[in-house]
Amino acid sequence: MSGHLTARDDARVWGLHFGLIALLFAAQYVLPDYHNGVIARVMVLALFAMGYNVLFGYTGLLSLGHSMFFAAGLYGAGLPIYHFGVHPLPAFAIGIGCGTALALLVGALALRTTGVAFMIVTLMFAQVAYLMSLWLGEWTRGDEGLTLSRAERIIEIGPMFLDMTNRDTRYIIAWALFALGLGITLLIARSRFGRVLVAIRENEERARMLGFDTFANKLASVAISGAISATAGAAYVLLFGYMGSTFASIQYSILPLLWVLLGGAATTLGPFFGTLLMFYLAEMSNDALNAWFPDARLNQIGIVGVALILLVLFFPKGLFGSIRERWLKWLP
Amino acid sequence: MAFGPHLLLATLEGLVMAAVLALMALGLSLVFGVMRVVNVAHGEFFMLGAVLAWYFSTLATGHPAIGFLLALVLSPLVVGAIAFAAERLVLRRIHYNPEATIVATIGLLYVLQQAALTFYGPDANPVVPPFNYRVLLPWFGYSGYKLAVIGASILLITLTWLVLTRTRIGLVMRATQYDRETAQAFGIPVDRVYAGVFALGAMLAAVAAVLIVPIQQAHYLMGTDPLLLSFIVVIIGGLGSLRGTVVAALLIGVSDGVISVFFSPTLAKMLATLLVAMVLVFRPQGLFGTAAR
Repeated sequence: MSGHLTARDDARVWGLHFGLIALLFAAQYVLPDYHNGVIARVMVLALFAMGYNVLFGYTGLLSLGHSMFFAAGLYGAGLPIYHFGVHPLPAFAIGIGCGTALALLVGALALRTTGVAFMIVTLMFAQVAYLMSLWLGEWTRGDEGLTLSRAERIIEIGPMFLDMTNRDTRYIIAWALFALGLGITLLIARSRFGRVLVAIRENEERARMLGFDTFANKLASVAISGAISATAGAAYVLLFGYMGSTFASIQYSILPLLWVLLGGAATTLGPFFGTLLMFYLAEMSNDALNAWFPDARLNQIGIVGVALILLVLFFPKGLFGSIRERWLKWLP
Repeated sequence: MAFGPHLLLATLEGLVMAAVLALMALGLSLVFGVMRVVNVAHGEFFMLGAVLAWYFSTLATGHPAIGFLLALVLSPLVVGAIAFAAERLVLRRIHYNPEATIVATIGLLYVLQQAALTFYGPDANPVVPPFNYRVLLPWFGYSGYKLAVIGASILLITLTWLVLTRTRIGLVMRATQYDRETAQAFGIPVDRVYAGVFALGAMLAAVAAVLIVPIQQAHYLMGTDPLLLSFIVVIIGGLGSLRGTVVAALLIGVSDGVISVFFSPTLAKMLATLLVAMVLVFRPQGLFGTAAR
């Protein structure tokens, strides 16, 4: 964090964030069909990454279990709609509620450990959640997953009619949630609470000695992180109409880590650009490599793996972390 | 079959599993104990060991034992060399930072999986066991090879224990584990010890895999479950404790064998994982370990 911010820096920060949000709003009118869909998806997944960043970037806790929060939002919203015909709006709230409750529970237990043990404990809780999604196959249909029909994805309240199978509606909802998430992380990063989290990351003993309740602050961080991740999950099932066990698997705990690392941990804009870049990078390199080596059975895991190793070796601060270090000291 | 023999069969299956698990977890525990890093790619070294075992066994003609012995010697060596290279090229350069190492080994996990998928393919292939001999028990016949796996595992673990406690190499490793800086000051090449330990850990996983392929087929995704199980074993046994690791492998292997005969395997895995997470939360030093220094 960059110590004292002048009024000019303050204006720059708000300008930059509003600029990005405005740009993404305008983009829907110029983007061709395919990229429109991609950006909508990236915005939802970036929300997931932003949730991950609150815990990993700002609080310095490496979780390998965030897929369970995403999946809690996904199933928490999707299953009531699918099985009980619940209206999408309360279902969305149920999804967020499930994720937040799970985050509080997991946080209260896992935060008793530190360092490597925290990572393994979160990994194991997420594995339990994944196995549970398979075990309850009668309800979730496991790996095969469930698809929501068009009728189940329409929100109609009075004059408001939102059909989430419609491309433009989907984009605007993804955009709104993304903007909200970005605003929340920016507020957290610049608040007193956010600075306490950074203090805990830098030196927990010292933060405790200064009189901060580090456990309560970390628990709040896990809860907020889980809630944002669950929001992304709940939004995903409503917007794209699919839920499956894959979203609860380890891979979906690793991906937000990768996106945040690429964009820059503990930066507000990093998660979005990390997700965006990784999506196109994986897509393009996969297409190119498959064109060169058609028999190599390449899928994206290899690219994800190489990206993780290269990032750790040569680019540990990520995109916006490096920009902040070299040029723009005021970036939050 | 009556309940008694059924239980005996389940216990035997569990013991085979425990034998393989103990070897693999020993490798993970050794790496964590000496280097203080968690190797998330450990399961992929196991997978590579199995896939290479299949490859080497297809090279040999004649009696299946020839191919198996070839695999038993060559597969761990190749896996050890790959692990050595990964350690030199990646882990050393990030100075064994715990979190960076986790991220890097996750990357390694995916790279190895992709490599196996590319060069080996998505199919599962069996290796013919070196001998077919059925031990006849009063209630059922049991594969002699499976009993041999238990024996081989006991032999290898004893060997590792002897190396650790009775040889100069073991002394150097223990010194590095106990206090890295003092060891360095006494002229121990800590850097090279790390590379050696990382390779040795991977080789133990590979040996475990070669032993298991005649029972379970080689597949490019086979590393995930054993990885989680060895995490469980190492945690329950107390990180870095050899005796604890063996006892925990027995406990987990046998109970897993017995539970999955009588209950749904998914439920069994779920409960075991939850239980272990709770152990880690409430007793982080493991059931047999002592509190960290």
